[in-house]
Amino acid sequence: MTIASALALAGIRHRFGHTLALDDAHLTVAPGTVHALLGENGAGKSTLMRIAFGMLAPDAGTLAVQGRPVQFRSSADAIAAGLGMVHQHFALVGPMRAVENVALGSRGRLDLTATAARMREVAARTGLSVDPDAVVATLSVAAQQRLEIVKALVRGARVLILDEPGAVLTPDERADLDRWLRQFCAGGGTAVLITHKVREALAVADAISVLRRGRSVLEAPRADVDDDAVVAAMTGEALRASPAKAGGAAAIRGLVPTPSAEPVLALDAVTLRDARGVTRLRDVTLRVARGEVLGVIGVEGAGVRELLRVLAGRLAPTTGSVRRPLRVGFIPEDRLHDAIVPAFSLAENLALADAGHARGRLDWRGIRRATADVLTAHDVRNGTADRLAAELSGGNQQKFVVGRERRVGVDALVAENPTRGLDLRAAASVLAALRDAAARGADGPAVVFHSTDLDEVLAVATRVVACFNGGVREVPPPTDPEDRTAYARALVGTL
Amino acid sequence: MEALAALWDGAFGSPFAFWSATLVRATPLLLLGLAVAVAFRAGVLNIGAEGQLLLGAAAAAAVALAFGDAPRLVLVPAMVLVGALAGAAWSGIAALLRRRYGVLEVISTIMLNFVAAAMVSWLVRGPMQEPTRVYPQSSSFADAAHWPFLLNGQRLHLGFALGVLAAWGLWWWLEHSAAGFRVRAVGGGARAAASAGGVDVGRTISRVFLLSGALAGVAGASEVGGVTWALYEGLSPGYGYTAIAVALLARLDPRWILVTAVFFGSLDAGAAAMQRDAQVPSVVVQIVVALVVLTVLAARYVHARRLAQRAAPETA
Repeated sequence: MTIASALALAGIRHRFGHTLALDDAHLTVAPGTVHALLGENGAGKSTLMRIAFGMLAPDAGTLAVQGRPVQFRSSADAIAAGLGMVHQHFALVGPMRAVENVALGSRGRLDLTATAARMREVAARTGLSVDPDAVVATLSVAAQQRLEIVKALVRGARVLILDEPGAVLTPDERADLDRWLRQFCAGGGTAVLITHKVREALAVADAISVLRRGRSVLEAPRADVDDDAVVAAMTGEALRASPAKAGGAAAIRGLVPTPSAEPVLALDAVTLRDARGVTRLRDVTLRVARGEVLGVIGVEGAGVRELLRVLAGRLAPTTGSVRRPLRVGFIPEDRLHDAIVPAFSLAENLALADAGHARGRLDWRGIRRATADVLTAHDVRNGTADRLAAELSGGNQQKFVVGRERRVGVDALVAENPTRGLDLRAAASVLAALRDAAARGADGPAVVFHSTDLDEVLAVATRVVACFNGGVREVPPPTDPEDRTAYARALVGTL
Repeated sequence: MEALAALWDGAFGSPFAFWSATLVRATPLLLLGLAVAVAFRAGVLNIGAEGQLLLGAAAAAAVALAFGDAPRLVLVPAMVLVGALAGAAWSGIAALLRRRYGVLEVISTIMLNFVAAAMVSWLVRGPMQEPTRVYPQSSSFADAAHWPFLLNGQRLHLGFALGVLAAWGLWWWLEHSAAGFRVRAVGGGARAAASAGGVDVGRTISRVFLLSGALAGVAGASEVGGVTWALYEGLSPGYGYTAIAVALLARLDPRWILVTAVFFGSLDAGAAAMQRDAQVPSVVVQIVVALVVLTVLAARYVHARRLAQRAAPETA
């Protein structure tokens, strides 16, 4: 390469505790290009970019900006080197004006007039305008994103890192952003786009890099790849080698529910809009029968979270009808906030499940006995009814939650990423509990299961649906059980 | 040394000191401590016990003055009931502000304290002032409105018995009833209570607000009915704020509030004696108490953080 690259990372390794988040990851971004960094959830994209922006120090590897080797001690160093980052969750102070937000990172005297002047200068140069006097909270999400970019540009950024910029935008706004990025790069700027949406990346990028499980597996000019190649790189060979795979295929072939079975959970034309009026689920119709494990796949923001909560009765749909048992067992993703009270004993945490409708006096002796039963049945180690939930390991906490919700959800059980943060053995035991529940056929509950790990879904599910952009569609089991293309395509909405 | 002896004598030195000074001063602290504790257990930072006490006192006084010729057996329970309702109504304003408009209760309850104090000032200079219009206070209650004493020759009155009963009742309710468990669950983790237990968090918080206000209102009724027999300004030397320390020192456990309320009551009684007999200003005691409370709370916080750190590697 004759021209120095705008940003180059090589041989990056980073470890969080026992997990190797990045191992020999590299990224070379040519100046004046839009470079897309792709990967599934947890592939290490954000970690790599946080290293590039000085927020994390790598355990090994080198960084270079505009050809010069650098070592960042903080993001202030990265900003000084001409980098700018737009986080997925904006770092803006809502009640403050735009100009105050831009001035926020500067040192010394607060000169809002000069800052506003520089904002107008950036607007004139790049066409990106935000009213300096507008109160941030009153701005649209797209305008807030523009403000984040302006903030970086005012501080002299020549290389912009954007983390999932499309996630919060409407299609029109996204097209605007793409147009602006092209123009910014044509003017000599450089942009790195972090995303897990293949189409979004291919629409705008000049070059593509793919991370899978912390390793760089693909780096190529846009012209050399198509969406199939990118999807294959993202989901990749690593999946085929996975031991869970064999069980998954067996599950899909072996456990076909009787079609006559009366559905326990039924959604009809369910649409859900959030508090801001954004459609999270659109026109979803779905049936789940006893003995079924419905696997739900989908990337963040695709509607999985909302779908599971509607099925579990934790969210009411805006329109459409829901049929479900009175009580549905629910294993939420955020165990420590949504499932248990860490400062309560296990017996109290068991009683928590009935707290909403219990009346009169609580029978603590009976509750303690039931707790002991759950602890034995689900192999919760080191647990007694009187121990605090906080004293248990994450795996044992989760086994307890699964056991508790099995008790509650006699007819239906909804599990959201239940193996998150668990070690292999605890994860296997949680998955086995879900499978066993459904394996009881007409006596068991209808199970709905979501995991960000496709292997897990395929290992447990009898049927798979994919969420994309609020819609839900079934993924027909492939004729070749080794073939992941259909699932991968469904995840990115290209099925 | 002389000062400490005076402090001890004033609080425990004689039967009179204990039964008529210490426990009488502990009575409002006990009821108010329970009021603060039950709210804090639900994560509701009601620091408006002072105002709720004043409202309860004013309402109970109004009943006592209006129905002075009613028999004691009717009048005293009526004062308790009306005091509780007035306290609950006052805290209900803060509950409504929080639920409807998201106003932080720390702010609303403290503001309502000032309003309550101003209202009492107005009442004792206006509609409820004694007929002679000399002092800013109401007429003295008729005998029927005097709360019964518990011991012959001592000033310990019915209010203390109500406080002990309330402490036991509140403890049982929090530990053994479904409704009390909901309160603890909301305080322990509102999201888990709502998601895992289907608890209506907003309703639970509103109800605990009312209960807290009612307890504080009874404390007000008990002060006018058992101690002052009239409504006047400065009825409470900041009992509602001391009660926060009473509740926190007891770790919000109703059984321990019995102990800490008596402890603070004894300091209060002893400090008065110390000022009288040893010429040491009673504020010295208040300063020492404040330092003790801060130290205990800080130590507890450090301890809890250590526990959390020890648990962290296991849960990660």
